[in-house]
Amino acid sequence: MDKPFNNRAWFLVLPVFALVAFSAILPLMTVVNYSVQDTFGSNVFFWAGTDWYVQLLNSERFHQALGRQLMFSAIVLIIQIPLGVVIALCMPRKGWGVPVCLVLMALPLLIPWNVVGTIWQVFGRGDIGLLGYTLNRMGFSYNYVNDVGDAWLTIIAMDVWHWTSLVVLLAYAGLRSIPEAYYHAAQIDGASRWSVFRLIQLPKMKHVLIIAVLLRFMDSFMIYTEPFVLTGGGPGNSTTFLSIDLVKLALGQFDLGPAAAMSIVYFLVILLLSWVFYTVMTNDPDRQGGAA
Amino acid sequence: MSLTLQNVTKKAGAATHISDVSIELASGSLNVLLGPTLAGKTTLMRLMAGLEAPTSGRVLFDGKDVTGVPVQKRNVAMVYQQFINYPSLSVYENIASPLRVAGLAKAEIDTRVREAAALLRLEPMFGRTPLELSGGQQQRTALARALVKRAPLVLLDEPLANLDYKLREELREELPKIFSASGAVLVYATTEPSEALQLGGNTATLDRGRMTQFGRTIDVYRRPVDRITAETFSDPPMNFVSAEIGAGVARLPGDVVLPCRGPLSGLPDGPVTLGFRPNHLHLRRTDGDTASVHAKVAVVEITGSESFIHVRHPGGDWIALTHGVHELKPGSPVELYLDPHHMFVFGADDRLVAAPKPTAAAA
Repeated sequence: MDKPFNNRAWFLVLPVFALVAFSAILPLMTVVNYSVQDTFGSNVFFWAGTDWYVQLLNSERFHQALGRQLMFSAIVLIIQIPLGVVIALCMPRKGWGVPVCLVLMALPLLIPWNVVGTIWQVFGRGDIGLLGYTLNRMGFSYNYVNDVGDAWLTIIAMDVWHWTSLVVLLAYAGLRSIPEAYYHAAQIDGASRWSVFRLIQLPKMKHVLIIAVLLRFMDSFMIYTEPFVLTGGGPGNSTTFLSIDLVKLALGQFDLGPAAAMSIVYFLVILLLSWVFYTVMTNDPDRQGGAA
Repeated sequence: MSLTLQNVTKKAGAATHISDVSIELASGSLNVLLGPTLAGKTTLMRLMAGLEAPTSGRVLFDGKDVTGVPVQKRNVAMVYQQFINYPSLSVYENIASPLRVAGLAKAEIDTRVREAAALLRLEPMFGRTPLELSGGQQQRTALARALVKRAPLVLLDEPLANLDYKLREELREELPKIFSASGAVLVYATTEPSEALQLGGNTATLDRGRMTQFGRTIDVYRRPVDRITAETFSDPPMNFVSAEIGAGVARLPGDVVLPCRGPLSGLPDGPVTLGFRPNHLHLRRTDGDTASVHAKVAVVEITGSESFIHVRHPGGDWIALTHGVHELKPGSPVELYLDPHHMFVFGADDRLVAAPKPTAAAA
């Protein structure tokens, strides 16, 4: 007997198709459309083929922005992941300290991004900012507006202040899910604090840490608001990250074609790197070797 | 090695978790801690191990006072209800881990790991990590880790509770054998009376932090010192009924009259509490059943080879355990039979006054 075939089932998935089409596919296709054409406005388009892509991939400006972006994400990950894990390990496991710590940790996450930028912009000012004024009085010459190193330091400090909490909360959730019996078993074995961390806590936190790394990587790779408010990409182009550069290209210079090509490449880079991160981290060589 | 607890009490805030426990466990003995959840089995084990220090009282190893000596400085092995292994290490490394911490030579570690793994049939699993093992294999690994230490005190905290029925039967049979060669004091916590009986050895019954009785498992089962112990050591729970002894008979509610024979003979007149195990509340009259009881069926649970018939009687809610499948409608009347030879008699203070003779209990 033939299976009954019901075409009405398509109506049930139609809303999802429509939603995905309007929210993801159509906007992306618009960008693709721009990236292969040239326009001077007033809806006049000229076919450009892969010209914009070739131009972009050969452009010094893009290489530098990408380099800055990679460096920024790398530094941010190197600081925030271990720092977040250490803070999570230091947080109390029970008692009144738990809600206090959780609220303190959640606070930076609740602040709107442009406000974070503004806070640090004022905080770092040499004339009225607590940080800038104190540093200068202590004999350091600190000026994030003129000095490239100071600008980077400030942006990284700001990002660490803003986002380490997220890693802490994720790592803390992972730690809390470890049954008490594991610690007792380790204690009975006479395992050291470091062994407990390496053999119990770290493996048990592995999955949340993968999520933390992915989230922090993607977010830091797309950073725009905070450095835009703080330094506006300067001094010079020293803190012009990819998204800031993209906005300059699209809105500042109104180069819609090259900007669209850059958006596509930017998107593919994030996708590729996230995939690499995920594959590397979820692929445990010890385990494969053992099972073989 | 022997382990002695002297008047050990553990309090946490206002709550008393363990109250005045004194017990002496001999070298090479198998000791079961039997009690319902929250009776204090785990706390008592943690005190024995040295994971916690008692609020008062002393813990002695071979007569030497070790109260307050932390667990790292004692040689203790413990296995938990959850399958606790190092998640990132292979089975081999897991078993070797306590020896590596102790700093043994490589060859010695290898010998001991292979020996323990052979006993627990883990050799084919050496290269796997715990997540790639079945529950039974995970717990075997945890047991091997305990075994390989050759600790003089081995604590097993409901080690089989999370395993499925078949594996449980299998491992329960092996466990005492595996550890008996080591001459260690073996302590085994369980909530199940049948598990205690199957393991044999000695049993200590616990109730709300107090140890109610300690002795040979079979003796505790046959002569529980009080009503609480009898309740703890009976599954399904023992049936109880209040009775009035007088003129050579025991009068139960619902006009049930038992002649004073067996444990009931020679008792002074007055009120008592009678206890009888569910397998002694008979659905068919057998030799020695002198009293019939009219009750109403509440619920029937059928397991296949046995049926648990919950009945309502003026004397209380009872359970009858019978062989085979019995389909009885809830609410329908049922006639049950009792033999005075199977009665446990408890006095007004709930202490045991008389118990059935072992031969009668075995019959």
